[in-house]
Amino acid sequence: MNSRAFRRGAVAVAAFSASAIVLAGCAGSSGGSSSSDPNGEIELTVATFNDFGYTDELFQEYMDENPNVKIVHNKAATSNDARANYFQKLGKTGLADIEAIEVDWLPEVMKYSDLLAPVPADLTDRWLDWKVQAATDPAGNLIGYGTDIGPEGICYRSDLFAAAGLPTDREEVAALFEGDWAKYFEVGQQYTTATGKAFFDSAGGTYQGMINQVEAAYEDPESGEIIATTNPEVKDIYDQVLEASATESAHLGQWSDDWFAGLSNGAFATMLCPGWMLGVISGNAPDVTGWDIANVFPNGGGNWGGSYLTVPANGANVEAAQKLADWLTAPEQQIKAFTAAGTFPSQNEALSDPTLLEATNEYFNNAPVGQILSDRAKAVDVTPFKGEFYFQINDAMQKALTRVEDGTQDAAASWDQWVAEVDALK
Amino acid sequence: MTTTSTPPPATAAPRSPEPGRAPRQPKRVGFGQRLNHWDVKVAPYLYISPFFILFVIIGLFPIAYTAVISFMDWDLIRNSGTFVGFDQYAYVLSNPKFWIALRNTFSIFLLSTVPQMILAVFIAAMLDQNIRAKTFWRMGVLVPYVMAPVAVALIFSNMFGDQYGIVNTTLANFGIPPVPWHSDAFASHVAIATMVNFRWTGYNTLILLAAMQAIPRDYYEAAAIDGASKLRQFFAITVPSLRPTLIFVIVTSTIGGLQIFDEPRMYDQYGTGGADSQWLTITLWLYNIGWGEFNFGRAAALAWILFLIILVIGIINLFVTRGLVRDEGTRGAVSKRQQRAAARAARRALTETPAAGKAGQR
Repeated sequence: MNSRAFRRGAVAVAAFSASAIVLAGCAGSSGGSSSSDPNGEIELTVATFNDFGYTDELFQEYMDENPNVKIVHNKAATSNDARANYFQKLGKTGLADIEAIEVDWLPEVMKYSDLLAPVPADLTDRWLDWKVQAATDPAGNLIGYGTDIGPEGICYRSDLFAAAGLPTDREEVAALFEGDWAKYFEVGQQYTTATGKAFFDSAGGTYQGMINQVEAAYEDPESGEIIATTNPEVKDIYDQVLEASATESAHLGQWSDDWFAGLSNGAFATMLCPGWMLGVISGNAPDVTGWDIANVFPNGGGNWGGSYLTVPANGANVEAAQKLADWLTAPEQQIKAFTAAGTFPSQNEALSDPTLLEATNEYFNNAPVGQILSDRAKAVDVTPFKGEFYFQINDAMQKALTRVEDGTQDAAASWDQWVAEVDALK
Repeated sequence: MTTTSTPPPATAAPRSPEPGRAPRQPKRVGFGQRLNHWDVKVAPYLYISPFFILFVIIGLFPIAYTAVISFMDWDLIRNSGTFVGFDQYAYVLSNPKFWIALRNTFSIFLLSTVPQMILAVFIAAMLDQNIRAKTFWRMGVLVPYVMAPVAVALIFSNMFGDQYGIVNTTLANFGIPPVPWHSDAFASHVAIATMVNFRWTGYNTLILLAAMQAIPRDYYEAAAIDGASKLRQFFAITVPSLRPTLIFVIVTSTIGGLQIFDEPRMYDQYGTGGADSQWLTITLWLYNIGWGEFNFGRAAALAWILFLIILVIGIINLFVTRGLVRDEGTRGAVSKRQQRAAARAARRALTETPAAGKAGQR
């Protein structure tokens, strides 16, 4: 009797647990709290990655101005995490009301521009032209609120320059590099001859600076057709950078362990330097006192990196989210973000803000980085077209350069392999 | 229903001597019996059902869905695709990267599994001896396994730096030229296999050790009295007795080895398998196609190809291991038939209870 009762109970428990598991699988997705009342209580989620400079105080400021809004900030560790999350959920549910994206994956986002709420037309002239252009889809909709940009200068080790008999003052160095890439490599040759050491970090990093100045490097902006392998400009840059890298490169692939070591041990003397790179250098070579930045860039200006805020069109509070994104990317807030995390503003007005222009960087020998980067941003005059296949082609190119740098292949063989890889993409 | 024997005569029912029990009997016992019947029949299935229900939801469904997607040009974001037949499979199989990835996967797999197994068996044999502080040593071998694979990969890839890595620096001190860990394919495989071996040798050692502990000590005593050396005992008793466990360990590490991902992914800063695909493995390429290029049709096709490869290798593995390990225990001068008979006897002895096994031996 006793054991039978026990068994009955066990059957019931088993049946219950089985059905509970099934039910748990089905439940779990319920719509967010959507309130159509503009003054009703709403919760806005903002998803960013790395460090956008959006502090709790900044959000608190907005919440004080808009008492009905509660902001929740989700921060992904890396942009790769954010990217995977973004594309998993885009077009479905689960994205934050405001999602940050990086220019690295902007071309992929542009394919789905119809799933994002466009920036109101009256706001579009606030940003730098090329910042707006890059995020404008063929229908003329701007889909991202520009946050930061990566205007490039040249970082150099003044102590190593002195040892090679080159000028060390940043004004003189800027004058020294004034010109095109040939000029840059010429100075490199001088340095290498004098010291026998490498001048720049890697062919890949330098190539990136060069290719970002080409209007349509890999794809035809009109038809989207892949032109990379037949584009003489690409081949020319490839040849030029590899010729120089044979003697001037430290062959340290960017972001490799050896490269980080090279930042502090003087393995190379210069590097192309977007604003956000300053933090990378000072963070990884804290004991080096020689790093400095010159207000110059070969061939004029160049941009490397930067981000946007996007508002998914199927969110629960699109309008409120747009309002917040607008506020976050307004000049005042961009300056606050710059102060907090060094993210360089993309707003026209912010570029002439005194706080920005007077900003200096102690690590870089008190260089007036605000003024320098502001000048560099204004010098950018080309918006490189990046289509659907940009990343795969560029990634394959970076590998082609690495193959030559580490001696696996010669320049011609590596080029041929790259061509074959690009052809396979079509 | 021809055998319906009726134990109590039908006539006995109306005038039953126990009036209290008889009227209630048909109802109560009938339901109780039925319940009892269900209990016996259904309950076991209910007990095991949570796993299978979960497996269908989170295991079987994705596998089937992957098969569907592999025949499509799939757009993850719009959740739609166009049917393209075997195009994705054709693309994968005709891409030179696939064959390079296959080569790398097998190279890393062999470089990690073979030394790992040999090492694990020997370490387990050492730990099986009567040594001081047994538990300390036994737990010690498991310590690397506790470390997160990503942490292991980070530390090791730092050590295997091309120019400033500790390994090359040490080699330089002995006047040995630096090894190009990130440009030479074989060198990169060795480096990655080292990470795998570091982490998994101890784990396999413990499993094998557990199996060794189950070998009756009488065998060793008898062998020792017969004058067999420790080495002879190891090859004649330990290794043959480990057969089922070895098969299990080898098959699981084959599956793990063919799916190697963390270590090659963390081996350099990009995680895409090297400039010349030197250490691109199948799963790494699968990940890059899926989450780098967002081409889920191709990734799904590759996943299925990988599944089939593992299946085939697993089966081959099973047969080879069986053959090899069986041969280890024989003396050579016996015929195949005798070998088989001996093996059958040994199997019986192992599967039966120890007492029965002993009785059978005599």
